[in-house]
Amino acid sequence: MSDWVEACAADDIDEEDVMRFDHGGRTFAIYRSPDDEYFATDGLCSHEKVHLADGLVMDDIIECPKHNGRFNYKTGAARGAPVCVNLKTYPVKVDAGKVLVQIR
Amino acid sequence: MTAAPSRRDYSLIGRDAKLAVENGLSAAEWYHTDIPRKQMKELMQRSDGPAIRDTAIWLAALIASGAGGAWFWGTWWCVPFFFAYGVLYGSSTDSRWHECGHGTAFRTQWMNDVVYQIACFMIMRNPVTWRWSHTRHHTDTIIVGRDPEISVMRPPDLARALLGFVGVLDAWHAMSDMLRNAAGNISAAEKTFIPEQEQGKAIRIARIWTAIYAATIALALYTGSFLPLMLVGLPRLYGAWHHVMVGLLQHGGLADNVIDHRLNSRTVYMNPISRFIYWNMNYHVEHHMFPMVPYHALPKLHALIKHDLPAPTPSILAGYREMIPVFLRQLRNEDYFLKRELPPTARPYREEFHSDAVAAAAE
Repeated sequence: MSDWVEACAADDIDEEDVMRFDHGGRTFAIYRSPDDEYFATDGLCSHEKVHLADGLVMDDIIECPKHNGRFNYKTGAARGAPVCVNLKTYPVKVDAGKVLVQIR
Repeated sequence: MTAAPSRRDYSLIGRDAKLAVENGLSAAEWYHTDIPRKQMKELMQRSDGPAIRDTAIWLAALIASGAGGAWFWGTWWCVPFFFAYGVLYGSSTDSRWHECGHGTAFRTQWMNDVVYQIACFMIMRNPVTWRWSHTRHHTDTIIVGRDPEISVMRPPDLARALLGFVGVLDAWHAMSDMLRNAAGNISAAEKTFIPEQEQGKAIRIARIWTAIYAATIALALYTGSFLPLMLVGLPRLYGAWHHVMVGLLQHGGLADNVIDHRLNSRTVYMNPISRFIYWNMNYHVEHHMFPMVPYHALPKLHALIKHDLPAPTPSILAGYREMIPVFLRQLRNEDYFLKRELPPTARPYREEFHSDAVAAAAE
């Protein structure tokens, strides 16, 4: 069973930026790419549980604010030490100006 | 009656390491000064320009001074050239290793990786081992038993600290570790912070470096001259003084086992040459609080948050004037440290996170 959950308004996130979204006791990171597409991953770095929403988005990379570990936020793939474990990603759609995340 | 000071156990697999994990000091949530997201994003922005410029200057100066030293080898005229070459080789690489390891110096990642590998070789730090040790240093900064990069432990070993200025012990340990790693041995302490899948890389690098040093020694023997070693290897000793001079100021004499970088790190105003060599790591509280900010943006970050930080130490000399008496007093009372005062505009220290006994030791 999975639900589409409203995370934020599309305009709440700047282009090439990230925002934190908490839901049901879990935390997620919602991304807006330079191409104006939206993506979602787990909100905490798989290395040391730091909120990725405080990090830096560069192209398709999110860099963790604590140790500069890198992930491709579109695929969740770990892209550079010290992160070794991929992030879980979630489907995202924009409907009527709202960003919706399918949380499983 | 005063209780005898407890002995700290700095082993990464010892008593204090276990205690730090049990009492939540390890992997804790550290204090951060509030910065609006928009400003933080601007500060974090990456750019290749400043690091390309600085790297070009660094490499040009390195080649010119090395060539001058070689040209005048055998005369006193080689001394000033090797003085400069040594600092560029044995000290500038400390900050290049550091910034490129964070991945913040250049925007383009392969540029960070190339300079990182070169700098690691020169400073004699295995690029795999030290990437992971530095990760731990940022997670558990000056947490006894957890931080593998505490340069002056308590009570301070002053002879060891002094020998650091000529790199003797560092180079000895680096060479021993390199040969041990090259033989396929990762120590128990290294295994606490290097993931298993990365350990093979550390061994491979150690073997390549061993081959380079063996070739350099062979060339020196073949030519009957120290010159090859003056250019490769020895500068890590005779040029180490600058990185040790500025590096000791980062945390020396300040608090341990706290989770507020304002208590355990020091920002020091420095001259432009030292800042070039050191790549602005004199803004050390700022760097630890926000490691995503590239070295060239640290002065801006400092200006933005200095209202919330202890007053910066005004010079390198002033730093030693405040640090050395603390080291001397720690010989008698290892719990003593310098507690840095906050300005009235700062958010106060959260004393509930810091032991009363330790706080009292500073008074």
